[in-house]
Amino acid sequence: MSEKLNFSLVSPARELFSGEVDHVIAPGSEGEFGVLPNHAPFMSTLRSGRVRIIDGDEVHRYFVHGGFADVTPEGLTILAEEAIRLEDLDHDGILDAIAEAERVRDGASDQAIRFKAEGDVQRLKAQLDALEDAHH
Amino acid sequence: MPSLKDLKGRIASVKSTQKITKAKQMVAAAKLRRAQEAAEAAKPYSMRLAGVIANLTAASTGGQGPKLLTGTGKSDTHLLIIMTAERGLCGGFNANTVKKAREEIMRLKGEGKTVKIITVGKKGREQLMRTHGDLMVSHIDTSSARNSDDLAEIALQLGKDLNAGFEAGEFDVASLIYAQFKNVISQVPTAKQLVPAEPPEDVPTVDLKGATYIYEPSEDDILETLLPRYLNTLILSALLESAAGEQAASMTAMDNATNNAGELIDKLSLQYNRARQAQITKELIEIISGAEAL
Repeated sequence: MSEKLNFSLVSPARELFSGEVDHVIAPGSEGEFGVLPNHAPFMSTLRSGRVRIIDGDEVHRYFVHGGFADVTPEGLTILAEEAIRLEDLDHDGILDAIAEAERVRDGASDQAIRFKAEGDVQRLKAQLDALEDAHH
Repeated sequence: MPSLKDLKGRIASVKSTQKITKAKQMVAAAKLRRAQEAAEAAKPYSMRLAGVIANLTAASTGGQGPKLLTGTGKSDTHLLIIMTAERGLCGGFNANTVKKAREEIMRLKGEGKTVKIITVGKKGREQLMRTHGDLMVSHIDTSSARNSDDLAEIALQLGKDLNAGFEAGEFDVASLIYAQFKNVISQVPTAKQLVPAEPPEDVPTVDLKGATYIYEPSEDDILETLLPRYLNTLILSALLESAAGEQAASMTAMDNATNNAGELIDKLSLQYNRARQAQITKELIEIISGAEAL
């Protein structure tokens, strides 16, 4: 398989990954999907989760949140509100952050703060899931 | 005629002012570089998203689209989001944006619309407070934003507020007024309509080679989730451009100030030297005429 897929992963702040790869597996909102070179034009929203980028023997893993994938004949682009390399996530740090966010959520009297904290909890739990998945 | 001592004092004070403006200029130059890099780094995302939105709006069935795109069908209440800097010492940067904002407010009022204002950045608020304080509904403080991630957070919050306000029917049309960053010497105050969202123009469209897009979920659902994000991106890129513009304007203003201080020092030094020379000549004349009198 000589053909490569042109893939880029961008967040609002910066471009995190850009290059030619073999295969990308992304967590679509209606189910995980894989994209190989010459995929048909395809557009999907993503749920929070793990994006796997496979290039030869190398596998890069990213956590994305609030993402969106766009496949064109030119390649695949994933736009995500938040994207972090899975290796950069810290398991214990996330557990602490979840505890903190839950504390804020349960103690907050203001609706807006509670919603924000709840969102944080969900996002952090998704990070945790993605991280734990990676070990299997 | 100021005395020699006065002149010396004035030269010293202008010199120290020049040192400060020079330092401020260099700080602004360094910050400008970072701000420009941040603005550059945010471009791929907003470009791609703009492209996707353009594709989707073109494909979306007319009239059925989400409200953010079609609007409320009225244009009675206008919300203006006015972005300025938190700090002064940047030439006409804030004043120009405020002037543009005033023109917009006057124009809208002239058309009999209700105007509401959200200010971003202290300077614009201060300047508009006097004349249009009654129109202000909210203010956003950006003084604690240190980097582009902080600005992204602010953009997200502003986007959410905007969405909630629109859902609640607080306004019909929302526009941004900010200084568009053309280049280091030119920042153009610009008004950009956010709601109803205007599909981006002149974005490169992708040739699908005859194939059609598969949407998951449906086009309208995707559009619904993406539009708020598109708004956030517009707000963020305006914030980033505004931040870069502020530093560029500050750099230019401080460069001018440094040059002016240099000219002033030259002038004062000339005056000082002349006065000193005059005094020496006077003393010599006194000595010579004293000797002659003997």
